[in-house]
Amino acid sequence: MRKEPSSSQELRKSDDARGMPRRIALVRREAPAQLLEDRSELVTTAPHLLLREVIVFQICVIVLAIVSILFDAPLEGIADPEHTPNPAKAPWYFLGLQELLHYFPPIVAGVLIPGLVVLAIGVMPYFRVNWESTGLYEQPWKKTIALVSGIVAVSVVIFVIFHTWVVLVPTLVIYGLMILPGLPFCPARLRGVLGRVHLADWIMTWFVIVAILLTLTGVFFRGPGWSFVWPWQGGTQ
Amino acid sequence: MKLEKMITGSRVWRSIVRHGVEPTNRNRVLTVVQNVFLHLHSAKVRRRNLEFSSTYYLGAVSLILFAILVGTGIVLMIYYHPSVPQAYNDMKELKFVVGSGMFLRNMHRWAAHGMVIVVFLHLLRVFYHRAYKPPREFNWVVGIVLLLMTLLLSYTGYLLPWDQLAFWAVSVGTNMVKAVPVLGDRIRYLLLGGNVVGESALLRFYVLHCVILPLALTIGVGVHLWRVRKDGSVAGSSGRKRG
Ligand code: HEM
Repeated sequence: MRKEPSSSQELRKSDDARGMPRRIALVRREAPAQLLEDRSELVTTAPHLLLREVIVFQICVIVLAIVSILFDAPLEGIADPEHTPNPAKAPWYFLGLQELLHYFPPIVAGVLIPGLVVLAIGVMPYFRVNWESTGLYEQPWKKTIALVSGIVAVSVVIFVIFHTWVVLVPTLVIYGLMILPGLPFCPARLRGVLGRVHLADWIMTWFVIVAILLTLTGVFFRGPGWSFVWPWQGGTQ
Repeated sequence: MKLEKMITGSRVWRSIVRHGVEPTNRNRVLTVVQNVFLHLHSAKVRRRNLEFSSTYYLGAVSLILFAILVGTGIVLMIYYHPSVPQAYNDMKELKFVVGSGMFLRNMHRWAAHGMVIVVFLHLLRVFYHRAYKPPREFNWVVGIVLLLMTLLLSYTGYLLPWDQLAFWAVSVGTNMVKAVPVLGDRIRYLLLGGNVVGESALLRFYVLHCVILPLALTIGVGVHLWRVRKDGSVAGSSGRKRG
């Protein structure tokens, strides 16, 4: 017994195993025809890609071997719970977080901020605004800038209250660059370049710069009691 | 040449590699399609995506570093005991007794730091090329999980030398876990096998670092690469806006 389509709206599907499906082209919004046209020649993976991968592998091994001959992995004295080094630092990739811990309460710096960052980056591709291929100023931008300005204003107040200068300064610099194309005195060339930058890129670039600055501060500029030191002033007590 | 022909023409060879070795396009395709490892690749790739600026080979380098870490890590396991104070003594032994022991440890350590950096750079490459756009959005999420696992791998490994650096870095880090509302203390207890970083913590970190996380990452990378192929091979830089 064949099941008939319940409504005439539904596509008629053939159950005939010997039949050939008819091909139709489906162009979705996410993959505009313009993108589909952007096709170049196909070459075989073997050897074209495989050879390159082998070369990349060899470069990796050689570079690592050279680094390993030149620099030894650190080893300090045996672990001693009685003797706390000052400062006690996490591995470098967590020092940005540890630096935040210096400014904000643990629940904010240790849980809320990293949690929200991971969540935001994780769900980012599911939002259409992040798929756009037009720059911030190549579309109606006044509302977006107003919204961003509001968020930046609130953040600035927070950063000032908590003395978070390492975050405040890059935030203001990036915000300045971002609103520049909208200002009347902006040179046309600069407006062309900056105006093409997409909103998602502004946000990500801001995040990356802040993350790098926080990490560098934690690695190089923090001494006993998490006080500010210059890198050459020596490490732990 | 004759010897090569004899080998590649032999019954044994042909039972392993079924396709011929003549440089025909058919054989080139079969090389990939008929090999369980290589077939994570698509049989053909766009020439544009072979350009360096398309992927900067950052995903490939992430995988290569992971492979180097597994290789050196397994050898290191031969010389390592996850107990106090033997773990620390083993570090000394690697340096002063084991032939090329320090070199081995260095390779493992620098590859680990390198992997954290390279995986992050790979994320940035994918981001700025808009290579996360549908249909690749789920693979981006898989990537995030891989990044977190990479960080955890690096972090659990950090404790294993059992020196001051290791001990206090992990103490500082696991103290942050306390800040998690309600469950903080319990998660920390589960992680450390106690209320302080001690021998049980070393053993737990060892099991996580040498078994659970590498296995999870291997499976995760498998899914990731399979998805790359299923999502139509790499987007490369084609999503990037060109002026
Ligand atoms: C252990 C970590 C990882 C490994 C071994 C890995 C490996 C790879 C490889 C080999 C590719 C093929 C093309 C390329 O080299 O770019 C790739 C593509 C991709 N990766 Fe990863 N990856 C890792 C982590 C990540 C992370 C952290 C993200 C982002 C959150 C990510 C998202 C993607 C996406 C979306 C693609 C498709 C890119 C395109 O189509 O151009 N991966 N990955």
